[in-house]
Amino acid sequence: MKTLVINDDNSLTKLGVVIQNTPLSLPSTRVNSCMDKSVSLQDSLVSVKNLSFARGDKKIFDDISMEFERGKITAIMGPSGTGKTTMLKLIGGQLFPDHGTIQVDGQNVHCLRKNELYTLRKRMGMLFQSGALLTDMNVYDNVAFPLREHTHLPEPMIRTLVLMKLQAVGLRGASSLMPNELSGGMARRVALARAIALDPMMIMYDEPFTGQDPISKGALVHLIKSLNNTLGLTSIMVSHDVQETAAIADYIYVISSGKIVGQGTPQQIKDSSSEWVQQFMTGAADGPVHFHYPAKDYIDDLLSSGKRY
Amino acid sequence: MIELLQFLGKATRKSFKKLGRATFFLLEIISGIASVIPRPRLLLKQLYSVGVLSFLIIVISGIFVGMVLGLQGYYTLSDFGAEETLGVMVAASLVRELGPVVSALLFAGRAGSALTAEIGLMKATEQLSGMEMMAVDPIKRIISPRFLAGLISMPILSALFSAVGIIGGQLVGSGLLGVDEGAYWSQMQANIDFEGDIVNGILKSLVFGFVASWIALFEGYDAIPTSEGVSRATTRTVVNSAFSILGLDFLLTALMFGDN
Amino acid sequence: MQHTKTQDTLVGLFVASGIAGLFFLALQVSNLSSFVDQDSYAVTARFENSGGLKVKSPVSAAGVKIGQVSSINFDPKTYQSIVTLNIYSQYNNLPEDTTASIFTAGLLGEQYVNLDAGGSDSFLKNGSKIEITQSAIILEKAIGQFLFKSAEEKAQAKK
Repeated sequence: MKTLVINDDNSLTKLGVVIQNTPLSLPSTRVNSCMDKSVSLQDSLVSVKNLSFARGDKKIFDDISMEFERGKITAIMGPSGTGKTTMLKLIGGQLFPDHGTIQVDGQNVHCLRKNELYTLRKRMGMLFQSGALLTDMNVYDNVAFPLREHTHLPEPMIRTLVLMKLQAVGLRGASSLMPNELSGGMARRVALARAIALDPMMIMYDEPFTGQDPISKGALVHLIKSLNNTLGLTSIMVSHDVQETAAIADYIYVISSGKIVGQGTPQQIKDSSSEWVQQFMTGAADGPVHFHYPAKDYIDDLLSSGKRY
Repeated sequence: MIELLQFLGKATRKSFKKLGRATFFLLEIISGIASVIPRPRLLLKQLYSVGVLSFLIIVISGIFVGMVLGLQGYYTLSDFGAEETLGVMVAASLVRELGPVVSALLFAGRAGSALTAEIGLMKATEQLSGMEMMAVDPIKRIISPRFLAGLISMPILSALFSAVGIIGGQLVGSGLLGVDEGAYWSQMQANIDFEGDIVNGILKSLVFGFVASWIALFEGYDAIPTSEGVSRATTRTVVNSAFSILGLDFLLTALMFGDN
Repeated sequence: MQHTKTQDTLVGLFVASGIAGLFFLALQVSNLSSFVDQDSYAVTARFENSGGLKVKSPVSAAGVKIGQVSSINFDPKTYQSIVTLNIYSQYNNLPEDTTASIFTAGLLGEQYVNLDAGGSDSFLKNGSKIEITQSAIILEKAIGQFLFKSAEEKAQAKK
């Protein structure tokens, strides 16, 4: 943290020079939002305010605000392609929003310098959908990776920590396997052990249940819940698995086409009067969300001159 | 016609954009090299996969290229009764041109494509992104050591290629075709200049190593993270590296050997 | 750990072989060895025509390389070529009346300076001049003369 000393340099402030923690390349709108020092609610670790984000012409988020409470499991649900993963990347500072701010533990993520952002990320764990294990190392080294990169702990200490984390996910016996020898569920559990290696304050789960067999799903549900309770983590989970998510989440946001269409506790969501939320929760094929991708009239299309797509 | 112009314009705009990204990427790699130095093990591992694994192909190709040079050179030179200068011909063509160029092309095919595929797959499987989220800069941890390894390996491989080729030429020339062994070496020593030929050849290979590693790593890092994207990036690595190596070779040759 | 050790060894071998290759190129292939630890003294020789002689061309006596050309200049007064020869110090007993001639190695080979020892008792030293020189044989001239001669002979034979 010695690099931050320059900000406290009195001589500079006396001269009226204000150095902000802003990356130089940001457009002015973002710089302005960095000066916004409004404090978020005390009990929320992550707060997203008026966030807009677009990829090309496609609006992914349109003026969304969310709060993620400390020590709770908050889920973001929605159909595939609504940018749930994008939200996690925005929170992690890998993507920049077009408008709005994201504060994590009181720090505006997108106003941090690279080294500050990295310091913050050491306290954020993320579980990727694929696990994102490093394929050239075995399970043990994968879990040890963040410890070796960020600490100067002696090897015996690292060993103890790694085995503890692997024990927590039930894979201590698999420590010498390579990632390609693991099943999808095991890989995700190893990734989870790696995500908690540095004892972060929060974990972001990207689709933790997708493509898992019922037993693995059950194991992951159990793990996420127990980790959250025993380590006092704040969890942000992105998922479209209604059952599993509803079982462990404390609060759910349902998003679609860039807007929040429903929010509340799992019970509130289930009882929601919104047709859209009902369709999503029950999985009806047609409803407010149509089965068909927008297209011109079927008959017209069949009879038209047949321009190739 | 308009469409053609539009296509041309779009292609130009895209390639400029890509060049810009590649330049920034290069700056990041170079600034990341400082953090490789205190961790020699990272570099060592890459020297192994970039250098040691290219060793065999370089040595074998070198021997054969030298032997072919020996044969062809002998047939041409014996028409003029100048077989004695076979050593000069073999050594000059290897040290000045074939050593750096052919070993760089082989390097791009062997190590460059592997680097692109590796980085591209790491991107596709979210390993790079995962590293970023673990607060580990993938450029410093993954890219820079590989770049440095390429930069170090290339001159070594090129020197090996030339050395082995010269021996191959000698095997054919004096072993098979009866050129006097003493003349082979002494003519070579009299005519090959250390500074003018060998140092320039090494400089060439350094430049080629720089460019080939840069292209390979950039294409991998910039690849579309799908299996098709990675395979196309790998192809682009080989094609672009070959173009750049041959183009730069002309430029460097003109600069180095022009006023001789 | 065993794995990393073999890796270390292989990388070590790789780098060592690279250095060996470079040494081979430097010492066996190039003329670097002739620079190393070769004290020399300079003598000059004037030639009517130095032909294709170049800087670093070899200087030899009786077929043995004893030095190299260090510079070639044109003398605007005498219209001659002044060639400076660096002769290795161990060959310091060349007679003063040594003849320098420019020869060609092989038909198309490189040109070099050949020294033929004379009979004088005093030796060449740094700054000496070689008085007796024989210019390069210019191939085009020689061929021209040869053709001219043979044509003449034929013409005479016909008469």
